[in-house]
Amino acid sequence: MIKIEVNNKTTEAKPGEYLLTTLKRLNIKIPTFCHIEGLNPSGACRMCSVEVEGIPGTVPACAFPVYDGMKVQTHTAKVVNARKTILELLLSNHPDDCLYCVRNGNCELQTLAMELGVSERRFYGEKNNHKLDTGSPAIVRDPAKCILCGKCVRVCEEIQSVSAIEIIGRGSRAYVGTAFDEGLNISSCINCGQCINVCPTAALTEQSYIMEVLNAIHNPKKVVVVQHAPSVSVTLGEEFGLKAGTDVNGLMTAAMRKIGFNFVFETSFSADLTIMEEASELAHRIKTGGALPMMTSCSPGWVKFVEQFYPEMIPNLSTCKSPQEMLGAVIKSYFAEKQKISPDDIYSVSIMPCTAKKFEAGRPELSNSGIPDIDAVLTVREFAKLIRMMGIDFKQLEAEFPDNPFGDRSTAGKLFASSGGVMEAALRSAHYFLTGKEMDNYIVNEVRGQDGIKTATVKVAGQELGIAVASGLGNARKVIEMIKSGAMNVHFVEIMSCSGGCINGGGQPLKACTEDIIQRMKLLYKIDKEEQINVSHKNPSIVRLYEEYLGEPLGEKSHHLLHTHYHKRDVMI
Amino acid sequence: MTDLQLNDILGKYAECKREYLIPILQDVQEAQGFISKEAVQIIGKYLNLPSSKIYGVATFYNQFRFNAPGRYIIQVCRGTACHVKGSSNVLDALQRELKIKAGETTRDGLFSLEVVACLGACGLAPVICINGEFHANVDNAKAYQLIKKLIKESKVEADNVKS
Ligand code: SF4
Ligand code: SF4
Ligand code: SF4
Repeated sequence: MIKIEVNNKTTEAKPGEYLLTTLKRLNIKIPTFCHIEGLNPSGACRMCSVEVEGIPGTVPACAFPVYDGMKVQTHTAKVVNARKTILELLLSNHPDDCLYCVRNGNCELQTLAMELGVSERRFYGEKNNHKLDTGSPAIVRDPAKCILCGKCVRVCEEIQSVSAIEIIGRGSRAYVGTAFDEGLNISSCINCGQCINVCPTAALTEQSYIMEVLNAIHNPKKVVVVQHAPSVSVTLGEEFGLKAGTDVNGLMTAAMRKIGFNFVFETSFSADLTIMEEASELAHRIKTGGALPMMTSCSPGWVKFVEQFYPEMIPNLSTCKSPQEMLGAVIKSYFAEKQKISPDDIYSVSIMPCTAKKFEAGRPELSNSGIPDIDAVLTVREFAKLIRMMGIDFKQLEAEFPDNPFGDRSTAGKLFASSGGVMEAALRSAHYFLTGKEMDNYIVNEVRGQDGIKTATVKVAGQELGIAVASGLGNARKVIEMIKSGAMNVHFVEIMSCSGGCINGGGQPLKACTEDIIQRMKLLYKIDKEEQINVSHKNPSIVRLYEEYLGEPLGEKSHHLLHTHYHKRDVMI
Repeated sequence: MTDLQLNDILGKYAECKREYLIPILQDVQEAQGFISKEAVQIIGKYLNLPSSKIYGVATFYNQFRFNAPGRYIIQVCRGTACHVKGSSNVLDALQRELKIKAGETTRDGLFSLEVVACLGACGLAPVICINGEFHANVDNAKAYQLIKKLIKESKVEADNVKS
């Protein structure tokens, strides 16, 4: 440790770290638009300027390493003025559009303008006339609201290794765009939404379906069902001021009924269903010499990633549909039959942590009868908006339970929300399918936690099973490359597109920090520990569904309803 | 441009190093007159660079074009000397006459209009350059005449091809 002085107080800093990291640890609030935790600093926005004794002018704290004896002032008049001027310059060509903006009330640019006391337009810049890019089913780009912080470009490249977007042009004409200014929908974008999560403004947002859902609810001809993904109850509370790591499953169910959904189902139920099929598929592939390693296919960003970057690996993708699509399929078949309603009269909504699920819902290869199995996908953020729109006082609600026949879940299904969770759930059931016995200890510590790549060897039925888990597509790329080069030899690979899994998905509440993600993850492990049904094959609703309707995993009906195939996709990569 | 031509160009840069991106782009533009999507994808594969990145780099410079240029590329100098001598009027006149903006190509593929910072012929201001040939002291009337002449020329050529 070295000693530095911040605002006249002596304090400690780690040698080599950047000043912004030190200041953050000291709980000194320094504004920044361009900094991304865990990536190299870019110093693009200069918002974190501070004064360092002996250095003329100001320096950007994010890119300035600490040194012994350094003396820093973080909020002198000079510094505050500099920040305010930088902000006013950023606003000089910004559309004055807050009242009509999706980020109104939750915008870093707006908040900082307020905090720094910006009250008049001092600089008039020429407004750019970039067009909205609305072609993608998942992501909307509005480059007019972009402040060129560059975070989206870096996340897309450095974390996701997709590079769908880039800074195009130069100087005052620069903007964030795609190759040859094609729309995002025909670019290599895999719809993960990670760029939205880092964007400080409304330049990147999700394609919203709130009004479609509301219209369906108020259409007397429609039976409107809703499913919510395993991670939603874990994060939704944050939208209503609860701290990260608070489970709001019961309150959320109550809110859904209040909004007017006729049936509330859990996607964790169909996560259990996915495990029944996927664990059986793995056992089958191992027995019959099918394509190995088998790779999970429940993360739609990852599926598109394989289709466009690694089409030769498509046979390795599990043929199982994702939990969202499996539930969609049984809602418009089994449930419709049971309730004696025509599938056409069902409007099926899903609340997801994910923007790519919006893309997935529109994939033709995932529909059974020509009509889509999922009619609208809302992100957690959109769902929170809907709750507010309906005037519901969320925290005052009384907890309620979901509906049958898709209301039960195991904790294994719930674990899908986190990186490693699908693997853990699959191993629990695969063990049972192969040996007829339950695992002595359900917890597979090697696949838990925040690491981007996790590997292990587990023993199932006397056989050594190599497993790998990766989250964040940059890590997924590394794993694929290792598999292709022979450096990694495993049987089963779980990939989630977003770092840490769905709990950090591109549809989650904004402004979550690493600590929040850890709290979300811990909550899942707590649920797994405290509840009684820990394996998918013991979920009573699952057992009933196979008895009454599906027959057996990988059976004919399952094959038709719950499995699919993917194809090579030509995009500009 | 054929894949073969592109392969020839890439062959000149045997090492797949990223610093060759700009020379490769220059060669491609030289050979096909512009940078096509197809070329970018092939270059991207060769240098292991995403298309978006190549487009980002290429758009940083004014020299690269991304659409097939017209039969006649008209470059209007907007340097200081030409500006003083009224080059913005000339540009306006050309845009009106051709019904395109600077940076665009007419629908019939005959003319592309470009603005350049300085052609280095300030003594002849205002200057325009058509397919590499300089035209000095251009005013609106002269610009119209030049265009008329080129349209006629291309018609004669087309007739010759027919007969
Ligand atoms: S992005 Fe933020 S500052 Fe810009 S219009 Fe929207 S709310 Fe206002
Ligand atoms: S959604 Fe994901 S892949 Fe698409 S541009 Fe954003 S970060 Fe890149
Ligand atoms: S789109 Fe958003 S994240 Fe990307 S550069 Fe602009 S402001 Fe930053």
